Amino acid sequence: MLLLLQYTLIFASVLVLVALGGCFSEHSGVINIGLEGIMVMGALGGALMLRFLSPQLPRIVIIVLVILASVAVGMVYSLLLAVAAVNFNADQTLVGTALNLLGTAAAVVIVRAINMAEDVNNVSSTISYIQTKKAFLVRIGKFEMNWFMVIAVAALVISYVVLYHTKFGLRLRACGEHPQAADSVGINVYKMRYAGVLISGFLGGLGGIVYITAGVSEWKFENGVAGFGFLALAVMIFGAWKPVNIGLAALLFGMFRALSNVYTGFPFLVSLKIPSTVYNMLPYIISLIVLAFTSKRSKAPKAEGIPYDKGQR
Amino acid sequence: MNNEKKRSLLRNGAVQTLLASLVCIVLGLLIGYVVLLIINPSGAGQAILNIIKNFMYYPSPIKAMQYFGSTLVKTAPLLLCALSVLFAYKVGLFNIGAAGQYVAGAGASLYFALGLHMPWYVCVLAAVVVAALLAMISGALKAYFNVNEVISCIMLNWIALYTVNMLLNNVKDASSPYTETLSSTNPGAMLPSMGLGALFANNKYVTIALPLSVVAAILVWILLEKTKLGFELKATGLNKQAAKYCGMREKYNTILTMAIAGGLAGMGAAFYYLTGMEQWAVTQTSVPGMGFNGIAAAFLGGLHPIGTVFASYFIQHITSGGAYVDKSMYCAQISDLISALIIYLCGFVFFFKIWLNRMLDRRDEKRAADKGKGGGK
Repeated sequence: MLLLLQYTLIFASVLVLVALGGCFSEHSGVINIGLEGIMVMGALGGALMLRFLSPQLPRIVIIVLVILASVAVGMVYSLLLAVAAVNFNADQTLVGTALNLLGTAAAVVIVRAINMAEDVNNVSSTISYIQTKKAFLVRIGKFEMNWFMVIAVAALVISYVVLYHTKFGLRLRACGEHPQAADSVGINVYKMRYAGVLISGFLGGLGGIVYITAGVSEWKFENGVAGFGFLALAVMIFGAWKPVNIGLAALLFGMFRALSNVYTGFPFLVSLKIPSTVYNMLPYIISLIVLAFTSKRSKAPKAEGIPYDKGQR
Repeated sequence: MNNEKKRSLLRNGAVQTLLASLVCIVLGLLIGYVVLLIINPSGAGQAILNIIKNFMYYPSPIKAMQYFGSTLVKTAPLLLCALSVLFAYKVGLFNIGAAGQYVAGAGASLYFALGLHMPWYVCVLAAVVVAALLAMISGALKAYFNVNEVISCIMLNWIALYTVNMLLNNVKDASSPYTETLSSTNPGAMLPSMGLGALFANNKYVTIALPLSVVAAILVWILLEKTKLGFELKATGLNKQAAKYCGMREKYNTILTMAIAGGLAGMGAAFYYLTGMEQWAVTQTSVPGMGFNGIAAAFLGGLHPIGTVFASYFIQHITSGGAYVDKSMYCAQISDLISALIIYLCGFVFFFKIWLNRMLDRRDEKRAADKGKGGGK
């Protein structure tokens, strides 16, 4: 039971971070389908940092450096979306999809190049970080707390405050609802949209490193992040683009994802004799059902996905 | 006079599309080359040449012809996936689920072939139907529940992958993670070659799939451009409300579009796995890239079915070419990187065209002004 809680919390942390990323981007008016790719790149940055840091370093140094690496790579990568969507009026779905494919392909190429540079025969796309990963874990009795859980909660609170209780948040949301109106009162829509996408790069990259360190100590980059970026988008839609609801939705989805890791610990579930594949499918099936019930009256920002055209009324 | 002609040529939409695609290709290859340079400068030039050369890597013409055939065999499924993406996009739906529909098609065709011992045409039909049904889920969710088709498609991609792995586990070879081979279990399920293999130095995987997939491209073009149904579907894509107002069944049209798109992708899978070239690995943990490459091919082809034929070949050409890079320095995924870059660059095509037209306008204006000055003298 404790194990289920532990996995639920860590997967929920991933979903919260990434879904909040999507939330910022969409509130600024840019659909970020590329979160999956941003996660992969952020994960890559963090994983490389984990791998090359010495485990002897003080904990806090490791934690800060790894997070910085993920966040920086995620943000730089999200610039690709920002430039295309804001300056070049590109089809945001298309560019997002390209980012997803590019993320996995680039990560594999980079990891393999690094692995091969060390040992010509090592052609795997796996990075392992068993020792350094321990910096993130704190044992409280039998419960293994991960610092990322704390960070996710902090991100949730900060996002709520920023979106609803600051000037910046109000302006950001205005750009997603009616950019022309926002522009008419002197808000720079382009800058705001850049900010939205960069924040999503920040949170997406962070979510990536949390995901690949959740429960495992090495990651095969060929698998990308297995659709987690899209699960996060489902969480965002289910959470109606609001931070608090997103937090709750993430807990629900996190639990279903955690079940596939820990169901063998429940005699009741084992006795049902459901193949493990079904548990793997569960989060995706649940998200389809949930989306079917929540998308009808969509609370999506009105101007999302539409390139901003100054001349339009 | 000559200039005048050139100007009107540049103004031509088709020429602009072609130009844009070529720019995407050149830039994509260039960035790929830079990546190779960063990894290892000494072999980068050779590696990018090998990718571009693909089967021409072999000095013997017989061998080259054989591998040309193999590239074509993989082009057929890619073309059908690209058509699937294109068809849905023309109706305003982004079918990123082509990958999952491809998986469903692979599962259905292989199960009908290996598990139920059906002849090839039944297997192809099964693949089309199952993939179409899968795609219809996305269509129905979109039409009745307003679920974003991109997200539902991605979810279905993973569901399809896990289900197919589970299903094909029943027809798995005992000693490997792959499904049984068609030639040993049920040769009747293999696509007939009709003598096409002989054209490619007896490459036995070259089958009627090649001409059929080109026929499919032509049919898609006819359906979209020359029929009432195609017009209705496109109208629905452009404006759902307007289509409904005109008496079109917009929900039905959305679902039908996805069904057709899914059927195309499923057929693609059957056209590949029923050649016997590759077996399905039931331990697969990622969705095959064919459907995603289809997105690249569709956009690179300027979203025109005939353009897509050539674009599919190009994408497959460099994907296969990736196998010929020096494995002691680089990995084959560099081709995936290049095709992903090409998709990204395709996002700029719209802007490129506007920019080009603006440039031409400015030049014309300047020329007109100069002429005016000349006349004044």
